[in-house]
Amino acid sequence: MEKEITLKINGEEYTRKVEPRTLLIHFIRENASLTGSHIGCDTSSCGACTILIDGKSAKSCTILAIQAQGKEITTVEGLATTEGVHPIQEGFKENHGLHCGFCTPGMMLRAVELLEKNPDPTEEEIRWGISGNLCRCTGYNNIVKAIKYAGAKIRGAELPSTEPVFVE
Amino acid sequence: MIPASFDYSAPSTLKEALNLLKDIGDEAKILAGGHSLIPMMKLRFAEPEHLIDISNVPGLSYVNFEGDHLKIGAMAREVDLEDSKEVGEKFPIFHDVAKLIADPQVRNFGTIGGNLAHGDAANDQPAVMIALDAQVEITGLDGVRTVGIDDFFYGFYATAVQEDEILTGINIPVPTGRFGNAYHKSERKVGDYATGGVAVHVELDAEGTCTKAGIGLTNVNPTPLRASRSEEALVGAKLDDTTIESAAQYASEDCNPSSDLRGSEDYKRRIIKVLTKRMIHKALERAQ
Repeated sequence: MEKEITLKINGEEYTRKVEPRTLLIHFIRENASLTGSHIGCDTSSCGACTILIDGKSAKSCTILAIQAQGKEITTVEGLATTEGVHPIQEGFKENHGLHCGFCTPGMMLRAVELLEKNPDPTEEEIRWGISGNLCRCTGYNNIVKAIKYAGAKIRGAELPSTEPVFVE
Repeated sequence: MIPASFDYSAPSTLKEALNLLKDIGDEAKILAGGHSLIPMMKLRFAEPEHLIDISNVPGLSYVNFEGDHLKIGAMAREVDLEDSKEVGEKFPIFHDVAKLIADPQVRNFGTIGGNLAHGDAANDQPAVMIALDAQVEITGLDGVRTVGIDDFFYGFYATAVQEDEILTGINIPVPTGRFGNAYHKSERKVGDYATGGVAVHVELDAEGTCTKAGIGLTNVNPTPLRASRSEEALVGAKLDDTTIESAAQYASEDCNPSSDLRGSEDYKRRIIKVLTKRMIHKALERAQ
């Protein structure tokens, strides 16, 4: 029943024999040993398993590894380069966009595609844009700030303040 | 959760896919985006023995205006409608509905064809397709046949697509005169199925009299439902508050919601009434 598939994760090629029922998230975590992508709900609700497939954000708990045959996957491990961290990583760091960090890899990969499509999103667009990613710590405000910050960084615009926002 | 074992093929032509379907029979299932099927397989609600992935079949991902029709290929993703400016201008209803289907990641992979072929009355596109009077293209080894949307949904998870056939496209007539359309659903949270949803499409003549109306309802019947009496109430009339009120009343009376975690039957009927009213108003505004 096993079939051989080849896919690229963060630029590196992985050829493995898998059962067709192997989920992409399991392939990434267990076959490729990249454990930055998380399994939260396992029902495509929480977004912790979000990765990019050919640049499009996807929930890898609801995609079969074999469906990704020949595709290019980006996980959180692939965001930083030798130049330094990705703007979205800097945004999360500077704005305290995480507490426990469980949702963060998925949240950042989702934000990468969001900013790719629109590097200057409004707060509403950001909130709709991350509506498939659940965070149970931050209350989202700092995540929204982090994404705004990353957008500004990508556009080369003036970086917004990273001062904490106190909500009455 | 991991699905039960199955075999997998990814044919590169439609003919190959149809031959596989014929050979394997009812144990085969077509895999498009997989965002309805795979969750069901993980829960063991579905245990097909063989998945036929049609994502390698070329020429099924189109979203085109061709002549007087909007044509949507079976492998077009929800996001393709959401991202199309041209679609949004003629059919803002597709931008309404896209925003309310699951979430951005799911819309990147879930297909419009799959949303219909799944045959689930809780899905959103069926009501929209009813309102827009879509025609569904179904391909078998003998050729292509076209089925009107009213003859497409047979029952719970059952559609006009037979075991040896594949839904290959959807055609939507583009009206020439004044028209407007809108969709909204009430949901408990992002990603939830509708408590109730209403799709409205109206066409008007120069005097503002309604010449055609389509109203589809989500998740308030075992199958996606056309609110026929509501449509009849609108056609031939000026769409004033009294007319709209009675159309909304009919929709709430003619649907068959069941009480569940999302609300009681009575609550759902009220949702349908309110949404029908609002969506007719919104469609009208857009028709100006």
